[in-house]
Amino acid sequence: MEWDWEFAWSILPQLLQGFAITLVATALGAAVAAVLGLVFAILRRSRNRPVARATGFVVEFIRGTPLLVQLYVIFYVLPDLGIRLPALAAGVIGMGLHYATYAAEVYRGGIEAVARGQWEAAKATNLTARQTWIHVILPQAVPPMIPAMANYLLAMFKETPLLSAITVLELMNQAKSVANSSYRYVEPMTMVGVMFLAVSVVSVIGLRWLERRYGRIGG
Amino acid sequence: MGDWAGYLTLILGGAWVTVKLTILGSALALVVAFVAGLGRLSRRAALRWTATAYIEFFRGTSIFVQLFWIYFVLPLTGVQLSPLQAGVMALGLNVGAYGAEVVRGAILAVPRDQYEACTAVNLTRFQRMRHVILPQALPLMLPTFGNNAIELLKATSVVSLISLADMTFQAQVVRSQTGNTLIPFAMILLIYFALSSIISFAIRRYERRVTRGLDGVR
Repeated sequence: MEWDWEFAWSILPQLLQGFAITLVATALGAAVAAVLGLVFAILRRSRNRPVARATGFVVEFIRGTPLLVQLYVIFYVLPDLGIRLPALAAGVIGMGLHYATYAAEVYRGGIEAVARGQWEAAKATNLTARQTWIHVILPQAVPPMIPAMANYLLAMFKETPLLSAITVLELMNQAKSVANSSYRYVEPMTMVGVMFLAVSVVSVIGLRWLERRYGRIGG
Repeated sequence: MGDWAGYLTLILGGAWVTVKLTILGSALALVVAFVAGLGRLSRRAALRWTATAYIEFFRGTSIFVQLFWIYFVLPLTGVQLSPLQAGVMALGLNVGAYGAEVVRGAILAVPRDQYEACTAVNLTRFQRMRHVILPQALPLMLPTFGNNAIELLKATSVVSLISLADMTFQAQVVRSQTGNTLIPFAMILLIYFALSSIISFAIRRYERRVTRGLDGVR
């Protein structure tokens, strides 16, 4: 089987169309993950014991089960319960929920990395809880989180092909439909691989820069 | 409704495939992780570059793309793989690349004076690695290896997409035959969660064993 440049060129527009959906899904998923992750992190620190433990269990459960199955649940089970979502929305919610559990760990790590003395100093200078968070804790907690968050953003980007399993027409799905209609697998599959590789190689360089700029927490 | 026993065996059969994939994939990943991780620390530049290229390639693309490439493109070059072989290979090579970075990081985390002490007592490079560096690096690797094993377990669900009859695949079969969505998916979610809990429990036990006697060191 030989590589056919002309064929590769002809399917490029269709693949790029899928690539656009991939990027949209990643961006929306990341937004969901960032917000939900913060919610998880805060609930887990809650002084209300049952709330904290229940959140802990939900987070562990989501982290311990495959994203693909979670996507199936959102896409196939929820409609039976009366909640019908378009494929892309289901995918964004699924990915966002899954990565929110990872983001929650990053938030937690970042907040716990702030030295105890900082909390005590804030108390000693009579800052309110709000002032403590905004002026003392967050400015120190957020920068070390950035590289870790970027890492998970990249991981999520690489997982978007799973959305093809719930009929989202992203890059992988476009490649599969090309392959199925032309019976040529080499070009579409290789091009998908190259596109992902290109984005992640560039991102890894960016990530190294972020790590140098902001330092890193806990690996 | 009498068919439920049959569907249950179907899903449990799938669970067995998932377990097999996880064990074989982890075994391959472990070997690959040490080979590539040590390769990146080698004195030979060629070996270092090969290991780096492998690691970056497999970390840079997703398991899904790799699996499809191994399953659909490799046969065209004459390498015929069964779905199980393709699955184990993709999982092992993918997670192995992540593991290689863990191996490298843990070895680099062993303090310099340990190396100097080895030179002082005239150990060979092999003896140094085997008796001094690795016993101290291993406990550092274990927690992350545990996480990697859980990621591998979760990634096995992807092989259902190349029609390997793992647990996720069988749940889809049950769904399409019964029209019931909640029960098969809820069931496999619970089984996946049980499996990942077993992995993290086992790793914690093992961690306690290998760190025994290292209390004063760290």
